[in-house]
Amino acid sequence: MQIILNTIVLASLYCLICCGYVLIYRASRVLNLAHGELMALGGYLLFTVTMGLYASPIPSFLLACIFSLTLGFIIYFFLMRFMAGESVFAAVLVTVALGILLRGLMTLIWTSQLWHPLQHLGMENSSHRLMEEAVISTFGIIKILGATFLYLVLFFCLKFTRWGLRMRAVGENPLLASRRGIKLHKYYAFSWGIAALSGGFAGMIQACDSGLEPGMFVIGLKAFPVVLVGGLDSLVGVIPGAFIVALAEILAINYISPQASESAPFIVLLVMLLIRPWGLLGTKEELERV
Amino acid sequence: MAFASGCFKTSYASDLSLVETRTHWVFLILFIVGLIIFPFIASAFLLDLANQVFLALIGATALMLLTGYAGQISLGHAGFIAAGAFTTAILFKELNAPIFVTLPASGLVGAILGIIFGLPSLRLKGLYLALSTLAMHFIVSYLGAEYETKRGFATGVIINPPSFGSFKIEDPHLWYLILLFVDILVVLFSINLVRSRSGRAWIAIRNREVVAEALGIKVPFYKLYAFITSSIMTSIAGCLFAYYRGFVSVEAFSLFMTIEYIAMIIIGGLGSILGTVFGTIFVVLLPYAIDAIGKMLHVPTRLTTYMFAIQYASFGLIMIIFLVLEPGGLVSIWNRIRNYFILWPFKYKPLGR
Repeated sequence: MQIILNTIVLASLYCLICCGYVLIYRASRVLNLAHGELMALGGYLLFTVTMGLYASPIPSFLLACIFSLTLGFIIYFFLMRFMAGESVFAAVLVTVALGILLRGLMTLIWTSQLWHPLQHLGMENSSHRLMEEAVISTFGIIKILGATFLYLVLFFCLKFTRWGLRMRAVGENPLLASRRGIKLHKYYAFSWGIAALSGGFAGMIQACDSGLEPGMFVIGLKAFPVVLVGGLDSLVGVIPGAFIVALAEILAINYISPQASESAPFIVLLVMLLIRPWGLLGTKEELERV
Repeated sequence: MAFASGCFKTSYASDLSLVETRTHWVFLILFIVGLIIFPFIASAFLLDLANQVFLALIGATALMLLTGYAGQISLGHAGFIAAGAFTTAILFKELNAPIFVTLPASGLVGAILGIIFGLPSLRLKGLYLALSTLAMHFIVSYLGAEYETKRGFATGVIINPPSFGSFKIEDPHLWYLILLFVDILVVLFSINLVRSRSGRAWIAIRNREVVAEALGIKVPFYKLYAFITSSIMTSIAGCLFAYYRGFVSVEAFSLFMTIEYIAMIIIGGLGSILGTVFGTIFVVLLPYAIDAIGKMLHVPTRLTTYMFAIQYASFGLIMIIFLVLEPGGLVSIWNRIRNYFILWPFKYKPLGR
């Protein structure tokens, strides 16, 4: 029971992180390897907000979310915009370099100390007993609720609004989309902004749950096996992918060793790449496009 | 490629020659003599730096062959280095094996890993391939960590310097000369490899796989060949790395190491062996240069704890600058300067450019 619950919590964290990967990938075919850093940065933004501006749960979360969103736009307009039309490999490397830069800046600004933004918020991360003998923390519940909410909103927006239609068009065929008058840069920037927002939100919750330190970006790294298992271009695929990877990780912690859990997602990834490289719900043609 | 004025290639032999003119010869000989004299005039610190550059150059050249020439993106380079280093460490600890056993054994392990992790390249391209090599990195470092904890070397494995009978390679001067020799071999081998049949096949695959196949190049064979060559060289670099440091631990082979190697070939300029040399020197020396600048500006000592973060951030920044502003890397800057001076003082653009 506890194992199932832990899997669900971890899977929802992965869902939150991974929708950023998929959004950016779908819009611009770039795999954002700096996503883990964006996530950690979200946590730090929340921390700064609670320290300096406003220390009450909901407003500080909102403020930090707005900052994350702005950060995503800034990254697109000042950096990634120049990589549009360059080779995908170069763009991916730019995100790698961006990740290093952000990591350096984070240690520079907030030092590599462990912070607990939760204390400043005046909230407590109590644990709740569920049914027989499973325990879940408050922020575990928030992770699950947040992921569900985010996915419902994104699904609705992408499927039924004009904005979502344009977003999908940009991903499908950028040249044609721009001929039809869709402003490419605007929608690429949106994808970056929303990715930074959702990743940052995941970082905030994670920071509240287990403290804040620059090493947090590793979770982002462990999250992209999830995207590949689900299919790089499929937002829905993230959900089964997250469950498979989270289950593998939790099982490895429980039955092998905590060390093995670090590499468990990558073993899943390797198996997936050998059997069905385009992922559970991805499209096969995607393999030829990169 | 521009030619010096008055330099015409009139025979096949001169077309094949690596050194074109007499001036080239003079500079080359002076350069090599300088390299040989260097350890005897340099301080211990500079000598260590030079050795680090030489060690990194082997791995960087291997990555250049794989990524810069054959076009197969690899994010598992630190994994290959770790594989070589750990093979050496395990053989040394368990069997007390000498260097002439561990060196070929590392190469062999590298070759096997190269085949295993080259296999996905037959099906996958680009990003997908990069991620499968990234998975390899994590698996190799997991196995290394597992060995360390199971055998009780929690912090790492200590390796004695290599010895032949009673003769030990410990002196940094000796290391310098050995590494210099190895590097010259590696660079010459790579230069010749990339202008031979296999190198041309790799370039064809890199530029367009379908055309390469239509030209009769066995694409799967040459892809695996690139992976194997590269991983053997990298593992041997890992073995030398283990002996030079005298210490092997998983923490040294982090993902950041892979990124450093990728930065070397990007900053140097993809598709050029000379670029690899430039890039390696640049990336290895960068943190020390930043340190030196910090000392020159008399940064207060309480700020020196931030030095690592500054090095980290500036490394990322410089990589971004190169990727956005100078995708050709240092070698294209070098070529521009060279082409400017090749007909100096005349301002004509050299022909063939």
